[in-house]
Amino acid sequence: MIFRARHLLGIEQLSPQEIVAVLDLADRYVDLNRRTVKQSDVLAGMTQINMFFEASTRTQASFELAGKRLGADVMNMSVAQSSVKKGETLIDTALTLNAMHPDLLVVRHPSSGAVNLLASKVNCAVLNAGDGRHEHPTQALLDALTIRRAKGRIQRLTVAICGDIAHSRVARSNLILLGKMENRIRLIAPPTLMPPGVDDFGCELFDDMAAGLEGADVVMMLRLQKERMDGGFIPSEREYYHRFGLDAEKLAHAKPDAIVMHPGPMNRGVEIDGELADDINRSVIQEQVEMGVAVRMACMDLLARNLRADRGMKATGVLV
Amino acid sequence: MTLYLENARIIDPEGDTITQGNVILDGGLIAAIGAASAPRDAQVIDCGGACLAPGIVDWGVKIGEPGERHKESFRSAGLAAAAGGVTTIIARPDTAPAIDTPEVLEFVTRRAAEASPVRIRHMAALTKGRMGREMTEIGFLLDAGAIAFTDATHVTTDTKVLARALTYARSLGALVVGHPQEPGLSLGAAATNGKFASLRGIPSVHPMAERIGLDRDIGLTELTGVRYHADQITTARSLPALERAKANGFDVTAGVSIHHLTLNEFDLGDYRTFFKLTPPLRSEDDRLAMIEAVASGLIEVIGSFHTPADEESKRLPFEDAASGAVGLETLLPAALRLYHAGQLTLPHLFRALALNPARRLGLPQGRMAEGAPADLVLFNPDTPFVLDRFALRSKSKNTPFDGNRMEGKVLATFVAGRQVFGDT
Repeated sequence: MIFRARHLLGIEQLSPQEIVAVLDLADRYVDLNRRTVKQSDVLAGMTQINMFFEASTRTQASFELAGKRLGADVMNMSVAQSSVKKGETLIDTALTLNAMHPDLLVVRHPSSGAVNLLASKVNCAVLNAGDGRHEHPTQALLDALTIRRAKGRIQRLTVAICGDIAHSRVARSNLILLGKMENRIRLIAPPTLMPPGVDDFGCELFDDMAAGLEGADVVMMLRLQKERMDGGFIPSEREYYHRFGLDAEKLAHAKPDAIVMHPGPMNRGVEIDGELADDINRSVIQEQVEMGVAVRMACMDLLARNLRADRGMKATGVLV
Repeated sequence: MTLYLENARIIDPEGDTITQGNVILDGGLIAAIGAASAPRDAQVIDCGGACLAPGIVDWGVKIGEPGERHKESFRSAGLAAAAGGVTTIIARPDTAPAIDTPEVLEFVTRRAAEASPVRIRHMAALTKGRMGREMTEIGFLLDAGAIAFTDATHVTTDTKVLARALTYARSLGALVVGHPQEPGLSLGAAATNGKFASLRGIPSVHPMAERIGLDRDIGLTELTGVRYHADQITTARSLPALERAKANGFDVTAGVSIHHLTLNEFDLGDYRTFFKLTPPLRSEDDRLAMIEAVASGLIEVIGSFHTPADEESKRLPFEDAASGAVGLETLLPAALRLYHAGQLTLPHLFRALALNPARRLGLPQGRMAEGAPADLVLFNPDTPFVLDRFALRSKSKNTPFDGNRMEGKVLATFVAGRQVFGDT
């Protein structure tokens, strides 16, 4: 197994082999998670701190559960309410935490690149749980695992990513991962929600759902932030739903066995039809949540192995 | 005191020549060029064949006085300038408070004269507090020595206010420096539109924002007849508009920062905040177009746009970090990259660094001629070095060139015939 990364900052730094290594290990954790006794001790004695500078329910819960199932001591810091309000800078917060000797630091931050900055200042493994509109690597990995389990492979698929691509870190991580694994990627969005420079991304671009979904194996819907619904980027919620919301009629253009994904939380009736989201024959949204815990367990397990190896080498003087 | 500088490669930006020879400085002026022997009482300095050029007139420098002396004082800026071959600093008024009254202007002028080894002239704000609502006392400020008027990077959106200020400025013959930028489009942007910025999730702006700003400013120049200088043109899209304005006979000139001539958007790399500038770094195509525009004379002025920022304001996530880079000491070696790349000759480089800004600002500096002020820089364009930011004389060390291999070492700097830097 090849996994050399010290931190998980983004998909950009991972090789295809490393991605496969995470997915293979995560598959085993899916089995563990389905047992009644879900305990493992691979992180026993290690300390995991979840530092969320931005509100989150599911990602934070998923990371917390993943750490606990692996036997780590997990601490949640809701930084949004504490020291940051008192004017402490990100680096000072990081140094303070670093002095407590955590082994794994899970960070979400509203600014792109903030997690990279933090990782350069601490000596533990850092996992990016979403930074600004940059990357959300564990989401892309859990999506890849979901696709691989549903489709039997994660290569040579046609994947349509639809919605607010401009502001979405999920879209960025996904299109990097799917590109690395040699899939055909289509981006479907109104032009106001496409990121600048998208022409150079190497994806096929559509502003029409029917055309974009034609023959797709996977349909990934993105969440549209409430504050972007009125006037600024799109004319209205109802016009958006009419043109870009996923319903059975639009989905009919995709392959008959196409799966529907959504990173959550969903806006039913805005980007996705409520009934479709619950259709167990098409929607894998619940599986995504399940895969999320397994993928995060795999990532932390792999990073912890490298961390131990590093410290071992430092202790024996092999690595300075 | 009389100085005799012998055996120099004399760079004359006006005559577009490089000649080997000797120069006599006397009474603060260049007394003679090409004199065969030293006057009897002169102090002789052997230049050893190094280049002697008019000192740099760096237009658009931010100094932290008043308000932010911990970032840069007149003393530290002056020492940095002397070490960088800059003999005249044209300072920006984006201080705290802004330089928008004759009283503040007199204060900073006096402080600068006391503390700095090089000349410092101040631009004053065009509108009070640089807020874009009411014009400043342009007449009083001119009397107090304001060399030009600008709101620095703050763009006045109320065109009625701006048109009146420009009309008033024109009646007094004042030079107005604009920052061509459409502030709505560029709001919150920290990089230039493109795949690179998008994949890093950095909010970005299209280069068209600069063109729209320039088009507007040129329109107002036509309307009011004011003398207008665009502080920084950084994208190829702005060039046709600039060319047309000049062809139409409007009194328009333009500058560019050394960083936009030597760096591009990819230098941002992994969120390196020292490369966060205003306007943001552009594509490589834009960089090459800017060099071409300087070579053709369409853009007249190269400046450092020296903007000191302390460590705290740069050690932040990219979007939140302060914008700007120091440049007084690195302007010449960075500019020499263009010379070493064969893109600009040394006389042409000094036209953009010294002669053109001085002329546009109505200063006698920038010339290598008898009777011109003896503000000179002696440098070796080929001396290689690796830049260590902590060796900079500026109080702030936010240079994008840290660790870079550069060429060009200033050996001595003279202001008004007196040596202010170097140990020759």
